[in-house]
Amino acid sequence: MSTLSITPREQAWILPSRGAVGVACLIMAESAVFIIFVVAYIFYLGKSISGPGPRDVLELPILSTICLLSSSLTVYFAVAALRKNQVRLCSLWLAATVLLGGVFLVSTAREWYQLIYKDGLTIRTNLFGTTFYSLVGLHATHVIVGLIILTLALAFALLGRMRGKHAERLEILSLYWHFVDAVWVVVFTVVYVLGR
Amino acid sequence: MHRLWLETLHDWIATVDHKKIGLMYIGYALVFLVIAGLEAVLIRLQLAIPQNSLVTPQVFNRLFTMHGTTMVFFVGMPILFGFGNYLIPLMLGARDMAFPRLNAFSFWIAAFGGLLLYFSFLGGDGLYGAGSAPDVGWFAYAPLTAKVFSPGHSTDYWTLGVLLSGIGSIGTALNIVTTIISMRCRGMTMGRMPLLVWLYFVTCCMVFVAVSPLTAAQIMLLIDRYLGAHFFDTQAGGSAVLWMHFFWIFGHPEVYILVLPAFGFVNEIIPVFSRKAIFGYPAMVAATIAIGFISLSVWAHHMFTVGLGAGANTFFTLATMIIAVPTGIKIFNWIATLWGGKIRYTVAMLFCVGFLFQFLIAGLTGIMLSASPFDWQLSGSYFVVAHFHYVLVGAILFTIFAAFYYWFPKMSGRMLSETLGRWHFWLFVIGFHLTFDFMHIPGVLGMPRRVYTYEADRGWGIWNLIVSSGVIFQAIAIGCFVFNLVWSYCRGKVAGPDPWDAWTLEWSTASPPPAYNFAVIPTVRSRRPLWDLKHPEDPDSDYE
Repeated sequence: MSTLSITPREQAWILPSRGAVGVACLIMAESAVFIIFVVAYIFYLGKSISGPGPRDVLELPILSTICLLSSSLTVYFAVAALRKNQVRLCSLWLAATVLLGGVFLVSTAREWYQLIYKDGLTIRTNLFGTTFYSLVGLHATHVIVGLIILTLALAFALLGRMRGKHAERLEILSLYWHFVDAVWVVVFTVVYVLGR
Repeated sequence: MHRLWLETLHDWIATVDHKKIGLMYIGYALVFLVIAGLEAVLIRLQLAIPQNSLVTPQVFNRLFTMHGTTMVFFVGMPILFGFGNYLIPLMLGARDMAFPRLNAFSFWIAAFGGLLLYFSFLGGDGLYGAGSAPDVGWFAYAPLTAKVFSPGHSTDYWTLGVLLSGIGSIGTALNIVTTIISMRCRGMTMGRMPLLVWLYFVTCCMVFVAVSPLTAAQIMLLIDRYLGAHFFDTQAGGSAVLWMHFFWIFGHPEVYILVLPAFGFVNEIIPVFSRKAIFGYPAMVAATIAIGFISLSVWAHHMFTVGLGAGANTFFTLATMIIAVPTGIKIFNWIATLWGGKIRYTVAMLFCVGFLFQFLIAGLTGIMLSASPFDWQLSGSYFVVAHFHYVLVGAILFTIFAAFYYWFPKMSGRMLSETLGRWHFWLFVIGFHLTFDFMHIPGVLGMPRRVYTYEADRGWGIWNLIVSSGVIFQAIAIGCFVFNLVWSYCRGKVAGPDPWDAWTLEWSTASPPPAYNFAVIPTVRSRRPLWDLKHPEDPDSDYE
């Protein structure tokens, strides 16, 4: 086959990067999982046969939302810095991302503590408890996974193992992180704005 | 000698080679095919005569649950992923899948799911509950799966087994899609890919949007069972119908996830044995994509008897009828490929021709059931069982056998015996039609599925006896097949790289292919690269 001549059009044979396609597939599959949980939340809105309901106990998590959404920005800056081979700047932005994600998790934990011990809402209480903790918990699980990987990346950066040539890998990780943030926008809107 | 054996075992367990993983998928699926087949034999023995007491009602429930779950999740999915794993990199001129280690991970996690499901026979009720496999049916309707109605752990084994297999499926689908997009050899544009690769591409995209909802629903069920939540708890306001929606949002596309790769096999085999290029390649691709989309909007035709309202019933009836159009286009194209061809009736081709006839009938009963008033009458009857076995056995299993006869020479380096293959084919055709043609009749007469026995005066006895007698032929046919695999692996005729004079890239390398697949990565200029190589005086590339 290689004996035949190669036309110029075929000389440039560049295909999309494996990592980007792979993470896009992952995001597609994960979106389907989240959609089912969101649908269940909306379907059961107002169908609990006992209290408390979302109107009674939920408060807008403004601070944690700002933290999580701005962490999308910081991880973007981290990737941009690594592309220019500025590893120290990159690790600074990564550290900021991990910190902001951490603040989000802590405030979720405080919210849950309040709900469980003050308001008496557990996953067993009613349908609202069931769907709320499952949906927000599923999202928080994704935040935890993202934070673990980001922390690893930060560790590599601090140990000097991360170079400019790894920018694409960090970008793939950042795509996942953006996805987690985007999901939060949906969860925030459905649970705290529309559902309250 | 002992050391060699250990090394071989280690090679297989630690491998990340797509061909070895593909073969492990296929071998694993074959083991489960035999197990689930034996469960079907027991079911048919029990139903052969009225008022039979071969198995108890409890055991009968376990048998049909395990038979259905195993056949869908641990035979259908792994065998199709096995062929996909083996063939797709070879057909695309790649040296491996996009993510070899993810590939191994997906296989082992799916395999673990199957083992977990069958461990329920030992662990379902703790140590002294031997024989307490799940008994909630393969679609496990709520609230039967609630802790109150399904105490013990047998339902948990079902949930976890299916959950793990689903995670494995999503991993493999991700891998296949990425391989198709990012690993094609030079010149292999999307429009030149073998149709099998196209069909796997659409299948795997469907896995993302169809298997994930099942994964989500299984997580909810686990939360219900272990944390006392109320997703499907009707006592606390939860909805049993929601589970049905979630299950069938997975369940119906799943049928197409299984059948599209089967179409892929037919798309490769019919042209080679008709000595013609496939008729209407772009129409085939378009029809496949159309099936992929429409199949996501037909799920509630499994739920007509729930009472969804006239609007929903009309929508899902229409959507279900419309899906017959792209499917009809495919059948038309296969027949047009056969038309005027120099047909060679090898065993692989025989199975494909059998598929064409049977799939047509399966589609026709499908259209009958899509009309919701007709479905109200026959939902949950043996007519439905006959219909979907016509798809799963008459269409999918037939093409899987065709795929074995066609690609076994590539995988093993030896031909399967054609004589034994003809025995296998004809015995299986006779057994299949005895069982599944006559199964429609007790369904029309009102015999519900999943009953463990029936009264003699219902008039179902003779039909059930005929249905059960077909099992004997099918069992002997499977015996011929398994013997053929073993015998031909040891004594079969040496195949050489290209025994069928075929046109796709997997036949351009040795049989079995070396670990690196191709010594030189090929360059492709048309849809039939091997034709171009064999016929430099008249290459396809001149016409594209």
